[in-house]
Amino acid sequence: MAMPQTKDAPETATTEIAVSARNISKNYGDVEALRDLTLEFPRGQLTSLLGPSGCGKTTLLKIIAGLLEPTAGEVEVNGKTVTGPGPDRAFVFQDFALLPWASVLRNVAFGLELRGVAKSEREDKAAKYIADVGLAGFEASFPHELSGGMRQRVGLARALSVDAQVLLMDEPFSAVDEQTRRKFQEDLLALVQNENKTFLFVTHSIEEAVYVSDQIAILLPRPSRVSEIIRPSGFRDKGVDNIRRDPEYLDIVDQIWASLRNYVE
Amino acid sequence: MLTRSLFLKLLSAVIVFGAWQIAGMIPVSYAFPTFMESMDALARMTFDGSLFVAYGETLKPLVVGIAISAVLGISIGLWIGLSQLFDWAFSPIFIVMQAAPLAALIPLLVMAYGIGLTSKVFVVCIMAMPVIVLNTSGAVRNTPESFKEMGASFMADRRQIILKIILPAASPIIFSGLRLGVSAGFIGAILSELKITPTGVGDIITYSRSIADYPSMYAAIFSIIVLAVLFLNLLEMLENYLFEGNNRGYASD
Repeated sequence: MAMPQTKDAPETATTEIAVSARNISKNYGDVEALRDLTLEFPRGQLTSLLGPSGCGKTTLLKIIAGLLEPTAGEVEVNGKTVTGPGPDRAFVFQDFALLPWASVLRNVAFGLELRGVAKSEREDKAAKYIADVGLAGFEASFPHELSGGMRQRVGLARALSVDAQVLLMDEPFSAVDEQTRRKFQEDLLALVQNENKTFLFVTHSIEEAVYVSDQIAILLPRPSRVSEIIRPSGFRDKGVDNIRRDPEYLDIVDQIWASLRNYVE
Repeated sequence: MLTRSLFLKLLSAVIVFGAWQIAGMIPVSYAFPTFMESMDALARMTFDGSLFVAYGETLKPLVVGIAISAVLGISIGLWIGLSQLFDWAFSPIFIVMQAAPLAALIPLLVMAYGIGLTSKVFVVCIMAMPVIVLNTSGAVRNTPESFKEMGASFMADRRQIILKIILPAASPIIFSGLRLGVSAGFIGAILSELKITPTGVGDIITYSRSIADYPSMYAAIFSIIVLAVLFLNLLEMLENYLFEGNNRGYASD
């Protein structure tokens, strides 16, 4: 256990592992969603799970969240085995999962409300995160009054407000429009830099994965497995505006597409 | 916007009452009074107090029956929606209850429970409860999976998921069940007074008809409709107050 991974880039050797999934298998009846999958997520970094649809990336994320039980194998978060949802993890949902009858303020504070935090305290905290995600002034609005992008900001604020060390994001930007998505991706990079949290990010967009990730795990279906781990290193410090022009960015995007194209129906 | 909706409501009232007035003046039937005659009778009964005495009698089975139906109906509906076992055991009862020809069953109720309040409460419940139970159970069963998953991921326990997620999510359909149930309960209350023992508003209707005082009879019917509408509006206000965000306005807004 004390032996760090050595086969990847040297920086991994010094990076602490926040989440590790070991030998995870998951069957739905006869269907094998995941088979003997092992993957580690370094602390303070963003790891993308990327792969064609049906490769089990959302299943893996929900197993790590404790929402699904693996058929075999185990997940450790900060050295503790996962047996169900916990305060160390927070989830951002693809369809936002906001409560339509609750105001933005109550939605953001909902995670704290479930934990029994006093009303004034949780609303103070929620108001802070609402401002952080750029929704100040919308506290009293209801979800149906917001655009798709704003709704996902509410979902993000809700996940941030419970102050979990690990953020699990299930295709969080897939239901918002292209321009909003780009803004989200830039904001996400800043978030990874500023908050000392570990991000697990499921996406089906190759460009998005390369743009935001410190580590990309390519998952392939039938049987589901991690086929490759890619760590972009050269362009992260060059500023958000320059990433998409960087030769390494373009190379990685091409390389991933080359390995995925055979699996896309 | 408010003045426009008020205007449309008044307009629709004027059209209906105008048609009533004209139909009474033709007359369509000698047993059909005009709108103005009915309103005269209503004013008379209101001022001599007989209407209030009648409602004192009618409201007893009505309020008790609707309260029982709402509390029991929502609870049973919640159980049915949460558990398949409960669904198999209890759904058929309410489906049968809803389809049963109630008027034909009243003699049975009278044999079992007599001619007093109990039988009348039963009639109100049989009318009101099935739709409340069936709406509640259907809505609970159809709670979006992602809401429950969200609750679980933020560590809600079973009780919190039911109280803070499932019930509020089901509330629009529960309330539409309550509205239908309350209307049916009003019908049940009057039905029981016509079929079991003539008391309260049912007595005014039966008695006025027997002495051919048709304006009083229609005034009594009119008053019960007004009361039902008022009650439904109150229910709607309660719903808007409790679950404001569920009210998303109209498609044309």
